[in-house]
Amino acid sequence: MFDIFLDDAPALVVVLPLLISAIIAFMPSKIWPWIISIITLLLHLFLSLHLLKEISVSGLIIYEFGNWEPPWGISFKIDGVNIGLQLLFSIFVLVSTFYSRKIFLNEIDYRDSGKAYSLWLLAVGSLNGIILTNDIFNLFVFLEISALASISLIALGAGQNRKALLAAFNYLIIGAIGATFYVIGVGFAYAMTGTLNMNDLVIQLAQYSDGQLAIFAGMSFMLIGLMVKAAIFPVHIWLPPAYSYAPSAVSTLLAALATKTILYFFVRLLYEVFIIYPSYLRLFLDFVLYPLSLLAIFIGTVIAIYQDDIKKLLAFSSIAQIGYITLAFSLKDHSGVASGFVHIFNHALIKGGLFMAVGYFAILYKDRVTLNSLKGFGYKYPITSFALLICGLSLIGLPLTNGFISKLYLFQALYTNQMYLSIALVAVSSALAVVYFWKIVEQMWFSEIKFKSEKEDAYIYLPIWIVTISIIVFGIYSTPIIEFSNLSADYLISGYQN
Amino acid sequence: MVGGLFIIITSQNYLKKVVGLAIFQTAVFVFFVSLAKVLDGTAPILTKMANAYSNPLPHVLILTAIVVGVATSALGLALVLQIYKNYETIEEKEIESLELKSDK
Repeated sequence: MFDIFLDDAPALVVVLPLLISAIIAFMPSKIWPWIISIITLLLHLFLSLHLLKEISVSGLIIYEFGNWEPPWGISFKIDGVNIGLQLLFSIFVLVSTFYSRKIFLNEIDYRDSGKAYSLWLLAVGSLNGIILTNDIFNLFVFLEISALASISLIALGAGQNRKALLAAFNYLIIGAIGATFYVIGVGFAYAMTGTLNMNDLVIQLAQYSDGQLAIFAGMSFMLIGLMVKAAIFPVHIWLPPAYSYAPSAVSTLLAALATKTILYFFVRLLYEVFIIYPSYLRLFLDFVLYPLSLLAIFIGTVIAIYQDDIKKLLAFSSIAQIGYITLAFSLKDHSGVASGFVHIFNHALIKGGLFMAVGYFAILYKDRVTLNSLKGFGYKYPITSFALLICGLSLIGLPLTNGFISKLYLFQALYTNQMYLSIALVAVSSALAVVYFWKIVEQMWFSEIKFKSEKEDAYIYLPIWIVTISIIVFGIYSTPIIEFSNLSADYLISGYQN
Repeated sequence: MVGGLFIIITSQNYLKKVVGLAIFQTAVFVFFVSLAKVLDGTAPILTKMANAYSNPLPHVLILTAIVVGVATSALGLALVLQIYKNYETIEEKEIESLELKSDK
């Protein structure tokens, strides 16, 4: 009986959260929407594990909706590139939903919790759609569903601080412009090739091997639109206010997964489709993405140093970390792409953990967490503070944490490409990251005020420590992450060499 | 298209920004529909009179995009309403000065 459902697993991981979100939208209860969400996401994890099992046997699943064959129908594709991300996504969403309950109870009106979880599942389902889709127009639809759901979630932060409304509005305008740019690009590509399926697009594009202006224009539009959505410097301006004024649980979900899924699609588009024009790709990577990544790393880190509000500080450090990922992706070889994926995995864990810890502090402090308000928290709430310390050390890239593995692989990739200048720059910006993190540590442990430790809520530090322990575990035993990343790079780069 | 983008960038009024966004998106929809036209083509209905059909697929795509556009505008307008309730203005400059005051 189960087998019928398992055959449709690729569709169900997306459709299930979307369907359930409609059911729980108007539930007036405080607890039921959460329980149903958790059950849904457990099923989601089960389906993802089933997909992993299938992939390890067959290596490629193409799921055709309504049995319409591609290129006519919409299809989902699961292969080595996205299975690792799918698994990470499933697990992290489950942990953060577990964490979100107490946060939502504190930060938004309990009568809204049905709507909040409905939007939450909507965001989860559509972000998952971005990971799996194999159709460039379908991607736009998922992109917009996830954007609208996350904008509404950000606006829920208005109960705490009315600036959340402005942040959400700016995200709406900038995000919609980005998405519309993407659609213009899709229009050009469709006009030239008459297809929307990514695999078919590669075949159709090959006939214009000398390149046509309309195709280059379309490609540029698509890439710029996605850059806006992925918050790649300098089109990142919507991100810091959006992350810092959203309810903390929402910041956790968005910072850890939303930009990551879009970055994944960005690199997939680059290395799977646009690879047809190596000269265009080289031009884009060397003269657009590479310098912008270096700028993002530096400017993000430096602005983070001057922030007083902790959530804003973390948001700016996210800009820098996205810079590391795009720097790795701009390297055009196996080691670069692999190290980019390694950092996608690791940064999702690190930022998720940091935002969880800071969100918990915000509830305890009953106000926005600034540097000053953290005074003595290291003694007052030792368990959560210690988790924050480990996540922070991982952000800097100290050994025994997974941040170190990311940096190691990034350095290795840069070294094989003989980019010694970039190595120096990345090292300097890592050192600058110590500066802003040290400011937090100083306030927490080295201020004059000493508190006795208070009792902490085991319900909340449990998810925080799940993330923190996985940071340490993957720092010591990093094989799973490395293998998934190498697998992704294998699939993407093999297209490059052919 | 450029007109819509211009309104979004230059206008100080949030409501006008939402309108600009709608114009910008509509322009892209028209671009898509214009792609579908085949010379001498008729609507894609099976008749004996026709010897060429226009491509129906862009219309279908745009139908989806229109729904997305409506949702975007609706959410934008709802946010503008909430901003007005909280700040009693929807002018960008006035809100900025209000925020500066509250920060001090």
